[in-house]
Amino acid sequence: MRNSKMDITQEEYAEAGPEKEQKTQAADRPPKAGRTSSIIHQTAVRKQRRRRFIQKAIFSVFRLSAVINALALFIIIYFMVKNGIGAISWEFLSEAPRDSMTKGGILPCIVGTILLGVGAILVAMPIGVASAIYLNEYARPGKVLRTIRLGINNLAGVPSVVFGLFGLAFFVIYLDMGVSILAGALTLGAMSLPVVIGSTEEAFKAVPDTYREASLGLGATKWQTIYRVVLPTALPGVLTGGILGLSRAAGETAPIMFTAAVFFTPDLPESIFSEIMALPYHIYVLATAGTEIEATRPLQYGTALVLITLVLGMNLIAIIWRARLRKRLKG
Amino acid sequence: MAGKRQSTEKVMRTFFFCVATASIAVLFMIMVFLFMEGLPVFNMVSVKEFLFGVYWYPTSDPPDFGIYPLIVASLAVTAVSAVIAIPLGVMTAIYLAELASKRVAEIFKPIVELLAALPSVVIGFFGMVIVAPFLQQVLGVATGLNLFNAALMLAFMSIPTICSISEDAIYSVPNALREGSLALGATQWETLWRVVVPASISGIATSVILGISRAVGETMVVLMVAGGAAMVPSSIFDPVRPMPASIAAEMAEAPFRGDHYYALFATGIVLFLFTLFFNIIADIIATRYRQVGEASL
Amino acid sequence: MSDSKSNGVKMTSKHLDFYYGNFQALHDVSLEFKKQQVTALIGPSGCGKSTYLRCLNRMNDLIPIARVEGKIMLEDEDIYDPSLDVVMLRRRVGMVFQKPNPFPKSVYENVAYGLRVNGIRDKGLIEQRVTESIQRAALWDEVKDRLQESALGLSGGQQQRLCIARALAVEPEVVLMDEPASALDPIATQKIEDLIHELKKEYTIIIVTHSMQQAARVSDITAFFYIGKLIEVGDTDTLFTRPRLKQTEDYITGRFG
Repeated sequence: MRNSKMDITQEEYAEAGPEKEQKTQAADRPPKAGRTSSIIHQTAVRKQRRRRFIQKAIFSVFRLSAVINALALFIIIYFMVKNGIGAISWEFLSEAPRDSMTKGGILPCIVGTILLGVGAILVAMPIGVASAIYLNEYARPGKVLRTIRLGINNLAGVPSVVFGLFGLAFFVIYLDMGVSILAGALTLGAMSLPVVIGSTEEAFKAVPDTYREASLGLGATKWQTIYRVVLPTALPGVLTGGILGLSRAAGETAPIMFTAAVFFTPDLPESIFSEIMALPYHIYVLATAGTEIEATRPLQYGTALVLITLVLGMNLIAIIWRARLRKRLKG
Repeated sequence: MAGKRQSTEKVMRTFFFCVATASIAVLFMIMVFLFMEGLPVFNMVSVKEFLFGVYWYPTSDPPDFGIYPLIVASLAVTAVSAVIAIPLGVMTAIYLAELASKRVAEIFKPIVELLAALPSVVIGFFGMVIVAPFLQQVLGVATGLNLFNAALMLAFMSIPTICSISEDAIYSVPNALREGSLALGATQWETLWRVVVPASISGIATSVILGISRAVGETMVVLMVAGGAAMVPSSIFDPVRPMPASIAAEMAEAPFRGDHYYALFATGIVLFLFTLFFNIIADIIATRYRQVGEASL
Repeated sequence: MSDSKSNGVKMTSKHLDFYYGNFQALHDVSLEFKKQQVTALIGPSGCGKSTYLRCLNRMNDLIPIARVEGKIMLEDEDIYDPSLDVVMLRRRVGMVFQKPNPFPKSVYENVAYGLRVNGIRDKGLIEQRVTESIQRAALWDEVKDRLQESALGLSGGQQQRLCIARALAVEPEVVLMDEPASALDPIATQKIEDLIHELKKEYTIIIVTHSMQQAARVSDITAFFYIGKLIEVGDTDTLFTRPRLKQTEDYITGRFG
């Protein structure tokens, strides 16, 4: 019976217990705390109301700050919808700007934004997913992993205008792409890389380890396990990450200012080397540099409304989709 | 057979490793090209003159390339926005992680995410056409396009960052600590303030630094809302011209590889180093002061 | 002097039912706890003994879907009375948890914490109480030179005694212990058990344990729970030697399926 150390000690202890109990030294016992205890009790009673009140007051401030954030979002959306809805018409969505951009529609901007966003995600997705596979499936903790993570975190922190400068210097000038969809998409792709890596990694992390173990246990190699088990399971989450990256890229202005977007071009792009118009840049141009800033206000609001519908719509889809996925993976 | 499988394994592993270094490569290229296009300006002005010169007249003859007003503007806008964003962001995070019921939190979290998703140009536009006239009227200031307005708009751009990272940090404080405190007769607020927040302070600090870093580098808002005057501000209602605004506004007009062009790239270097500094600090805090979890046995 | 005070009863539960949502975890539990006695709650895991313990200081309030029916009296106050402040209750009914959970603060601050939140500002008083409490938890000799060091640097057993000291500092009347030694090695366990013997002179102690030997060693009264019901309660000696019910006997002799 006495095969484990634990058993021995437990049993021996059981025998020794009662003796030990009598040995507890009286000297160790501190003096009774009759006086102080009543002070603690009295203080607690006296301050009870005050403490309750402080908590109530502070918690209402916390609640208020959450409400302020929600209000900020709704106020911005409210003004864009209220002032922009009037500008929206079939003509607005399907025609090019006319009369020095004071009339007409924003079709080239919509097309440009979609092309840039899709282009960016075509660049960022493969690299982002592969990076996430390495980080989550292959990498072991250590200096290499830490360096890569540090790189990703710092890339995420690079200001968007600096990406613009980089795109200008590298893609537009050095690689001689000129101001073009290609240069803009590559710049935006580099910028959305950290977003894609982050959300893709989350999707991989959500795949239970038991799946991997089961596959490896059947004699599959690591790569087979990733390709046949991990990737398919994580795919919906990966796509969610893609949508988030796409929406981020579509809403950006500074990176495309010097690399892809132009003030005005009446034609739709012909190739990936064409320069284009884009919704965010169009808003900026109309609101700050147009010839008739006041007269084009409705167009500005309309463009802004189209942009936030596009961007928030994609985000909402991603958020809802992700919430469903989480529920399913939880069982 | 086994040999082939093994070599495939090795190839895949190497392949993924190489791709994963892409982020570092991009970061490195950004540095290389910023320096390549920015350093030539120092043939014309000294580093000291560039950083501490108080006149930014890049197009006059002879031009002045002192970005001190731009740096001050960036720091001032960021500081004011931090004053607004930190309490709002952290308090919202605490509310969502600790106080809100599950249902309420499920409504608020997407709201914060959507706030983060709003394109910066839309926030800039909103600040320009709605907030600026409002401020001008209510406060009677000369222009609504000023430091304060830009800071306010920026605050709502960094709140989501602060809020979501703080919330994760607060949420991951082990429940045992909360119970331990409550069982001693502490109120929920006392538990929060004296146990939960100190236990998650490194995560909260990280979130704050990343939020601030985002505000320093944010471009469209300061471009559209800050007012654009390249002067050292004397009040928070003065118009200013932070670094990103200057770069974005002037790049299109700067002659290719002229002094102005180089000066803007050099401004980009300064901006890049600022955010790099913040991000590295955030990283150090996050890894070195790892969150204290449950008692180890 | 009320009835309950004169016969030495500190806490009573009367027909207590407890629900997690639709699931009833406790059925009609009625029990009395006397002053200066240790009551052990035993039973197989999932029998509701911990749930019951956490009803006694309303720790279950933290679970949104939890619901209580019946009454729990602390002397002659109903602790589920809406007018009663749960914060005040928890100061009077302290708790020690299964896993030691010291705060990430210094040893000293861990013990001072309860005093500070309860509004004590007098530094001398705090110091006196901290010292007393650590002494009473039989930890003084081990930590007296490292009061300002992090409590997380103590061993598991020391951490648990620190948690006991922390609970004692606010002068509770009842101390609830939820398997306080289950995460500790035998030597640390022994120290905790010695301490319980010592503490019962001043406090009403209610301890949940999965170890029948431990219940036999430390308690005066033992209550046996099984699938949410209180099956049998009695003097520890009697319950372990001559249980009245077959179920109890099966459990204590280890013949449980």
